[in-house]
Amino acid sequence: MSAPTFDLGDLHGGLRLPGNKGDSTATPIRRMPVPAQLVLPIAQHTGDPANPVVGIGERVLKGQLLADCEGPLGAPVHASSSGRVVAIEPWPVSRRHGDNAPCIVIETDGEDRPVEPCEDSMEFDLATPETLRTEILRGGIVGLGGAVFPTAQKLTQATTCDLEYLVLNGVECEPYISCDDMLMRERARQVLVGAQILMRATGISQCIVAVESDKPDAIRELGECLGVLDDPRIVIKQVPTIYPSGGEDQLVQLVVNREVPSGGLPTDAGCLVQNVGTAAAVYDWITNNEPLISRVTTITGDGVTQPMNVAARIGTLVADVVAFAGGYTDKAERLIIGGPMTGRSVSTDRVPLVKATNCILALSAIPSVGPELPCIRCGECAAVCPIRLQPQTLFWHACADSEEGLRAHGLTDCIECGCCDLVCPSHIPLTADFRRAKLRIRELADEKARADRARRRFEERNERLERQHRERDAELAEQKAAARNAGATEIAEILKRTREKDGD
Amino acid sequence: MEFKRQEAPYVAPQASVAGIMRQVLLALAPAAVVHVWFFGPGFIFNLLVATVFCLVGEVAMARVRGRDASVMLADLSALVTAALIAFAVPSLTPWWVTATASLFAIVVAKHLYGGLGFNLFNPAMVGYVVVLVAFPASMNVWVAPRIGDIDYEHLGILQTIVYTLTGSFPDGITVDAISRATPLDSMKTGLTDLRTVAEIRSGPLMGDFGGRGWEWIGNFLGLGGIWLLIRKVIRWQIPAGVMAGIFAPATIMFLAGADTHPSPLFHWFSGASILCAFFIATDPVTAATSPRGRFIFGFGIGFLTWAIRTWGAYADGVAFAVLLMNMAVPLIDRYTRPRIVGHEQQDAGRE
Repeated sequence: MSAPTFDLGDLHGGLRLPGNKGDSTATPIRRMPVPAQLVLPIAQHTGDPANPVVGIGERVLKGQLLADCEGPLGAPVHASSSGRVVAIEPWPVSRRHGDNAPCIVIETDGEDRPVEPCEDSMEFDLATPETLRTEILRGGIVGLGGAVFPTAQKLTQATTCDLEYLVLNGVECEPYISCDDMLMRERARQVLVGAQILMRATGISQCIVAVESDKPDAIRELGECLGVLDDPRIVIKQVPTIYPSGGEDQLVQLVVNREVPSGGLPTDAGCLVQNVGTAAAVYDWITNNEPLISRVTTITGDGVTQPMNVAARIGTLVADVVAFAGGYTDKAERLIIGGPMTGRSVSTDRVPLVKATNCILALSAIPSVGPELPCIRCGECAAVCPIRLQPQTLFWHACADSEEGLRAHGLTDCIECGCCDLVCPSHIPLTADFRRAKLRIRELADEKARADRARRRFEERNERLERQHRERDAELAEQKAAARNAGATEIAEILKRTREKDGD
Repeated sequence: MEFKRQEAPYVAPQASVAGIMRQVLLALAPAAVVHVWFFGPGFIFNLLVATVFCLVGEVAMARVRGRDASVMLADLSALVTAALIAFAVPSLTPWWVTATASLFAIVVAKHLYGGLGFNLFNPAMVGYVVVLVAFPASMNVWVAPRIGDIDYEHLGILQTIVYTLTGSFPDGITVDAISRATPLDSMKTGLTDLRTVAEIRSGPLMGDFGGRGWEWIGNFLGLGGIWLLIRKVIRWQIPAGVMAGIFAPATIMFLAGADTHPSPLFHWFSGASILCAFFIATDPVTAATSPRGRFIFGFGIGFLTWAIRTWGAYADGVAFAVLLMNMAVPLIDRYTRPRIVGHEQQDAGRE
């Protein structure tokens, strides 16, 4: 069954980048054995970190709850295999801010013994949407596309909106990354049934599975599987291979031809976007009772001996994954967690693979491109910007540190896709500059809020003092008036009281 | 193992300023050959003088400003300025005229405004306008094209060198013997003398659209420009704007009175129209940056060029038109910002 064609929306700009995906898609997904050590950060999601519920020295089983969250704004963490908790301590991680984060370290026992499931796997079409959402929260499931937003929270939020489409994101637009492609090829059924569960949990009645045109195998597998499932609510849409078509807002623009309003979410455009990997994880949890303890990750780049996709336990150290892929080549000089456009560069491979890790990229040194030159206003950055920003103007305002100018020209709308960097003939690191400018704007806003609070406190204090003063004056005036009207006996009494006071 | 840390993205940039400038120079090369073919070797010496003085200016200003001269030279932008000056001045030009234009372009128009990327005015055009005003006599000596049936004296290589170095003609040759009004000049004086366009165009120096020889330079400049468009070194908005800006008023006036107004094609293929559309107005530093803004910028240049040719004191108006529109760039940029995705309307002009 071939993918049906649809009217697609238009994406401004973007880049056609060399995919470099062939190396890692040549072989099927390899299952990686359980490593001797697992390192599990307690915050693998956007939001509040989870609280550890196990102690050091405690024995844990595969799938056992290690850290839980209070309320719906988080995601619990489960043990990826059985073993003993040996430490709860800061450990290097690949994060945006800071290099270390609290982690639970487990020494595995090699038995991989699972916890007894507390209940039988459920029939999702009989469960209520509320039950499903609570279950998804318990499964520790987060968005696996990279943003790692807790899925349950996203679903709950979605129920308050008027939604038309569930958009399953199978658009892996960054070069090198192929884990979603391989997942769709090998586990198409899990993805599509996962979509059915998500539709049940949110009450959305239409689902679009969006896949890039450079993944014909995935489209074919999904198509065949959809034929078997025979679910008319689900359609597969092929989208052009243009970076960054896989960004949530960009994908919504492409598949339903609606713009997500500035500062808003895809739900404001009637869409709930979920990654295909997330859908598969939902399937694994709801129907097989397996929480999110493993994921498919691409390990590739010219710095790796055997590029491939691995199904690895969450918490496996990157060094172990690289060793599984045959180790580094002589060229390896850079290690990137994530893709080459938006990933995070790390200095050590002792960081763990977390729920968000879709790619481990070992690359040779970047070829020298010469010094950074002044902007020549060529406007190529504006031509490729998917948000239709004018990066050349933003850059000007960033240099001038003009908060007002940056805001007026839409700095906060920048998605940091990196397209402008790649086309800049002056080799200006625009994305990095914009990232810093955003931080600066946030700092300024915080500072302003603090100053406002302090000013308000000061004004309130002044007002309070003045009020007390006024009240005191009024009281005195009253006493004076009373004294003036008083008779002789009362005056004598007052004088006596005053004398007694003085005598003390 | 320790790894180098960097900031995303981790992919090397695809273009470079030097690469852009190199392609612009390459695109000018065929027209330069045609120029020498029709108007003699003077162009080569002008190019040489302009190059030397542009580079000298660049190095001197790098020293004064405490910058790395090798980085500035490596971006090749000074060479592009030199090439444009060589195309702008007459093929017979004394060296000090070209040198003045070059130094003024690089030192004043470029570096005193902050160097590459910060100059408000197109350096080559500033340099050209300065010598146009300062050395009007030299700037009026245009030789006739070397075409078989056009009977004019031509200077040899050695005589051209002597003229370039001294500004004087060999014994026995006068200015009048070798110089000839440009097509735009003859059109202007002819119309002032109340002759019709058809009469003026029947002269031996007039070609199919513009002047003979001149229009061939234009053709090859156009080819170079189209190559730049294909290579995406320049975008279509500015060239289209310039051509439309000339075409629209020229067509209206031509239809209103073909005797007193030459055709739009004559305007396109005469003077520096095509050079301007593809190579001068497209200087990114001094042009508007938004797509709509660029078309408006180009259209303004085209229109002003036509207006100066028609009503002004100068035969061609490209340089003045470019400088005038350079002034309007901040305004144009402010009012042509594209609507940001996810925003209702762009608040035009709000900062």
